[in-house]
Amino acid sequence: MRAGFYLVAITGLMLGNGAMLAEARTIRVTIDKMAFVPAEIEAQVGDTIEWVNNDILVHTATVKGGWEVMIPAKGTASRAVVEAGQVDFYCRFHPNMKGRISVAAP
Amino acid sequence: MGVKSKQLPRHAWKEEVTVNIRPMTALVTLCMLAFSPPVQAADKPTDPQIAHIAYTAGVIDVENARLAISKSGNKAVVSFAEDMVRDHEAVNTQALDLVKKLKVTPEDNDTSKALARAADDERAKLAKLDGASFDKAYVDNEVAYHKQVNGALETLLIPSASNAELKALLETGLKIFQGHQQHAEHVAATLK
Ligand SMILES: [Cu+2]
Repeated sequence: MRAGFYLVAITGLMLGNGAMLAEARTIRVTIDKMAFVPAEIEAQVGDTIEWVNNDILVHTATVKGGWEVMIPAKGTASRAVVEAGQVDFYCRFHPNMKGRISVAAP
Repeated sequence: MGVKSKQLPRHAWKEEVTVNIRPMTALVTLCMLAFSPPVQAADKPTDPQIAHIAYTAGVIDVENARLAISKSGNKAVVSFAEDMVRDHEAVNTQALDLVKKLKVTPEDNDTSKALARAADDERAKLAKLDGASFDKAYVDNEVAYHKQVNGALETLLIPSASNAELKALLETGLKIFQGHQQHAEHVAATLK
């Protein structure tokens, strides 16, 4: 009962706010044999990017002069998308590994 | 770069040859193994030997990297060396887990021994160098070393491996070491 009430309240909030209309998604990037797959992703502010590392090595998703996510071997890591724009990221340990995130303006 | 083919000062030519030859000597055994004409089946390394060779090759690179970390003052060189330690140790840990699982005992062999001996010589040479000349020698050797190890993996070790899991690990290793080779080439270019 209570849960139902909250759901209605949240739906109301979402409808009241245009930016929240699109449901936040989790976008998965797999790392397999030293490559980000897919290498290019599109996201929206509020989405979460999740890196799933199938390799036996530690990797990073690093934006030069910006953020960095450490992705443990055989592990996962994630980061919320907070701003619009396009960023290139790479693995600091294996600089050939590259990816790009394009975030549409809200 | 374009000048190279035309009039190269004598001393520069000499230097280039020295630089290219040194890592070759260190790797002469792997070279011979990888590039000599087809050999009889008896010369094909067995899985326990392959495991030992691959493991030894990894240990060598880790030892060289530790030397670089202790000696170099160049940020790019040190972080490359740290990457080598991290990755080769990870691959070797995986290799140890696999041989344990397969109940295979890595078997020392002439290739492993020659590799280790050549690497000791190389490291002794590197230990005598300092500063920029150390950095250059270390990184050039890394390029040559990964090239040769990758060649041996591709042409000899992977095709000779009979266990599927060992073969798969060697293939993963090859992918990783190809990345290292490119990374080393990139660092080498910044040192020129
Ligand atoms: Cu990486």
